[in-house]
Amino acid sequence: MTDPAYYGRPIVKPPVWKREIGWYLFTGGLAGASATMAAMARASGNPVLARRAALVATAAVNVSPALLVKDLGRPERFLNMMRVFKPSSPMNLGSWVLLGSGTATTGATLLDLAGIAPRTRAVLEAIAGVAGLPLSVYTAVLLGDTANPAWHEGRRDLPFLFAAGAAASAGAAGVLATPPEHAGPARRAMLLGTVGSQVAETVMERRIGAVARAYATGEAGRYRRTARILDGAGLALSLARGRRVRRLGAGLLLAGAAASRFAVFKAGFQAAEDPRYLLETQQDGRRQGVGAGR
Amino acid sequence: MSARTEAWPDTYGAEARPRMGFFTDTSVCIGCKACEVACKEWNLVPEDGLVWSGESFDNTSALGANSWRHVAFVEQTTPLRVDGDGADGEGEEPFRWLMSSDVCKHCTESACLNVCPTGAIFRTELGTVVVQEDVCNGCGYCVPACPFGVLDRRELPAPDRGGRADGRVWKCTLCYDRTREGMTPACAQACPTESIQYGPLDELRERAAGRLDKVVADGFAGARLYGDDPGDGVGGFGAFFLLLDEPETYGLPPQPRDSTRDLGGMWRTAAVAGAALLAGLGAAFLAGRDGAGS
Repeated sequence: MTDPAYYGRPIVKPPVWKREIGWYLFTGGLAGASATMAAMARASGNPVLARRAALVATAAVNVSPALLVKDLGRPERFLNMMRVFKPSSPMNLGSWVLLGSGTATTGATLLDLAGIAPRTRAVLEAIAGVAGLPLSVYTAVLLGDTANPAWHEGRRDLPFLFAAGAAASAGAAGVLATPPEHAGPARRAMLLGTVGSQVAETVMERRIGAVARAYATGEAGRYRRTARILDGAGLALSLARGRRVRRLGAGLLLAGAAASRFAVFKAGFQAAEDPRYLLETQQDGRRQGVGAGR
Repeated sequence: MSARTEAWPDTYGAEARPRMGFFTDTSVCIGCKACEVACKEWNLVPEDGLVWSGESFDNTSALGANSWRHVAFVEQTTPLRVDGDGADGEGEEPFRWLMSSDVCKHCTESACLNVCPTGAIFRTELGTVVVQEDVCNGCGYCVPACPFGVLDRRELPAPDRGGRADGRVWKCTLCYDRTREGMTPACAQACPTESIQYGPLDELRERAAGRLDKVVADGFAGARLYGDDPGDGVGGFGAFFLLLDEPETYGLPPQPRDSTRDLGGMWRTAAVAGAALLAGLGAAFLAGRDGAGS
């Protein structure tokens, strides 16, 4: 009958982040993996996919800072992110990665469209391709490096979930943006990423014990179930015959990747609002820990 | 007497002063809330609504951007002491009323300070943790990072912003403007029972250990110190407590931990995930090299 903790009130604060951050978790991965895919397409002699993937990356990497700035309590102070270089802050490092990745990706695309400076363009493409990897996964570290039970307990699995989701979304966007005869690698990245994302999510939910409920219930659970339905239907359509059906499948998988990110985002709110999640992660070893009675 | 711990001499050199902090002895708290009032008055913390919570005498409910001291009230049908003292007479149900003035813990290893991407949160020469309000851009990362749910973003209108939300994060400064001049923080100054004691942390820890012995000898079986141990998950609190029950009863985490301690492992996991992403995308390209397409 008694409330958990203090009148059932949260012990750690729920995040103050708005929907923009949920969207950024998606666009950051989309931008990063698309840039890496573009660099690989160029290296493997597929200029059509290289250009389309680079355009997707450019769009996503430019939307991303707008989403982040909009969420700030003081948007006009966004440049304060750059007043220090601070390895202990994943958000600070992420800002630098986003700045570097955005500059290289956008620069390479502009040079490509203008058809000038091919050597500079190639260097920028390579930088963008490398920077795309940390851009795809750092947000998982950012969420893990909190006291939030859902995110901190998921810290061993979220990087894999985000990496796979980034591959799925970049692949799906590549399939949608590229003629099928050039989109083979994007298609395989999409299928591999989607399956990997579902596997990573399942592994995480088994590993984090009782905290998995924060991912399975409420709004987070609705996003997760939506992602599963979209992924299942998207995979089925992608493996069917017919260009239009396959394109529809890619669209569903792109939406599924976004829904999967929102499930993670919302799980953090639910895990903080109910103090029992935190107590479940901390009470087991209390006798050895802080606050052990005398 | 042990030598006084100098506050972060590596950073402050000759400017380092003895580390200062709070010892909040809840066994003598009478729930007068003078600390809450003194804090609000001195620090110009705005009023954020007068709401009846129905939770004993507590209408403040939690620490946050607009409440830097929070007196918790817990009503229990438990005898005050092991000898049963506290019941009013024969046949009456035992009852005790716990009160505790909560505050920012000014952790030795501060998650909020570590994750702050702008460097707005800093360590003072007294070893306390302070948010610089002219630097904070309201990114909100410290809010879920704090293991105690202390920090929050102020959404009240700011006088200097034409009615728009303040948007920055606020918390106890341990009255930095007073303490740097050798004065006592407002809450400790106002406390009529010396439940809140301010001083050099080494001295406070010694005093607290003696006080705990006395309280336990007096029959308060559940009494314990909370946050006095430098070996805990945040390296010990700069503001620690003597509690009469388990920490979670007061809404405090049993085993707070600075998530930065796990950051190295998280980056290693992320590096593996990034390598997996690279390998997966590479496989997506190599799989089509024999001309099989898809």
